[in-house]
Amino acid sequence: MMLKVAALIIPITVLFSGCTNLGVEPWERNLLAKPEMQLIADPIEAGLDDHIYFSKEASSGGRSFAGGGCGCN
Amino acid sequence: MQLKKQNKITTTLTAATCTLLGINAADTVAEEGDWDFDSAILYYSEVDRVSAIEPVITAKREFGDEKSLNLKLVIDVLTGASANGATPSDQPQTFTRPSGKGSYTESADETPLDDTFKDTRVAFSTQWDQPLNSDYKTSLGANFSTEYDYLSLSLNGSLTRDFNKRNTSVSAGLSVANDTISPEGDLPIGFSSMAIDRGQAGFDSEFNATRDGGDDTKTTVDLIFGVTQVISSQTVMQLSYSISDSSGYLTDPFKIVSVVGNDGRPVDYRYEKRPDSRNKQSIYWQTKHHFTQDVLDISYRLFWDDWDITSHTIDLRYRWMFDSKRYLEPHFRYYSQSEADFYHRFLREGETLPEYASADYRLGELNGITLGLKYGMKLANEQEMSLRLEYYLQSGDNPEGDAPGILSDMELFPDVEAIIVQFSYNF
Repeated sequence: MMLKVAALIIPITVLFSGCTNLGVEPWERNLLAKPEMQLIADPIEAGLDDHIYFSKEASSGGRSFAGGGCGCN
Repeated sequence: MQLKKQNKITTTLTAATCTLLGINAADTVAEEGDWDFDSAILYYSEVDRVSAIEPVITAKREFGDEKSLNLKLVIDVLTGASANGATPSDQPQTFTRPSGKGSYTESADETPLDDTFKDTRVAFSTQWDQPLNSDYKTSLGANFSTEYDYLSLSLNGSLTRDFNKRNTSVSAGLSVANDTISPEGDLPIGFSSMAIDRGQAGFDSEFNATRDGGDDTKTTVDLIFGVTQVISSQTVMQLSYSISDSSGYLTDPFKIVSVVGNDGRPVDYRYEKRPDSRNKQSIYWQTKHHFTQDVLDISYRLFWDDWDITSHTIDLRYRWMFDSKRYLEPHFRYYSQSEADFYHRFLREGETLPEYASADYRLGELNGITLGLKYGMKLANEQEMSLRLEYYLQSGDNPEGDAPGILSDMELFPDVEAIIVQFSYNF
């Protein structure tokens, strides 16, 4: 459990403590604005993969809702 | 991808898709070219087991001021065989079909597979995104999915707050789902013994004695909290925490557990029984880095639940741009899970039944590896197509080191291999 708490707390602390220095100006977003830089660049593929692994493994969710939606697991 | 140019195919497909989705095209498509369509067809096939063909189409319309509507239709056609949970034996084994109508026989030394697995799933979802003001965005959605014996309905909503010149976004999301399962032949009573038709007169009443009600439900509530941070002009990072609570019927009505004697041969088959609640949690971290041409996408998920399953998932993709229009994207995924506390590959004759038991290999200790390659290219008129090929291998150790009798020489956890082929076309 300590590992899980640490896994959550440390990156959050790093993110927030760095927030004032991190980031870019709007005119520096050229690369970030590209479609391939969206966190889910291909939503259809992500949805299909989530469905496959939801059906074949005991874990689900994380990047999106773990949900139900099919009788496959 | 926003279409600026009108073209014939878009107009035709807009009308066709709207008809398919039951929407009056004249009412919703105020201006031609406002809708973006993404489509894909997936073929998934396991060696000797399940195959699926899954076409998907999504339509998105922007309404200005960052308001948008997304519609998605998925059809999933499944056929093939699925492991029923029983152990192999040195003799052929006969099982009753889940419907109670007829039986199937597995030959000696083979992992028993139920070959009646056949279903078509149709899923429709809609999502509405809208900013509330310059800092807050909201998203509301609904999902509907139906199969022959399964119905799922869910609603979701999320709120995102931007800070720090939109370099930091904090979001919270809630989803509530209600699923109903109503298998042909009704639900089995957990741990009841499978009645097997050997020509006896009273088979029907024996089978009916193993049946519970005709349907049952489960409710799932999911919460996600996430932080997305722009690190530099080339790097963005996301961290999220999810918690999911399911309650109701969580058993798989098609799975059984073998009860074996000291010689390892089956003396009985019991319908599996799982707890009626499950709490899942996960931490998900993802980073994307743009090398000004190529893009690296790496993620890790730590997952755990109150069934004592812990899993680790690492996903790595590298988009290697040949030029501004064509790319090749290798994909590697590693997955590892520990077993559920009620997972039993088999039960032993004469021992007291545990409170819950399942021999579903997906609840056992297993590793999964996916290797894939995707080729994508941009076409004229901002259209895009891609093809991906992937290989997925699931393997696990034989969990019971002291398997009795004949089982000590048998493969109790055979590898499952699958190929995934997907063709996508965005227009």
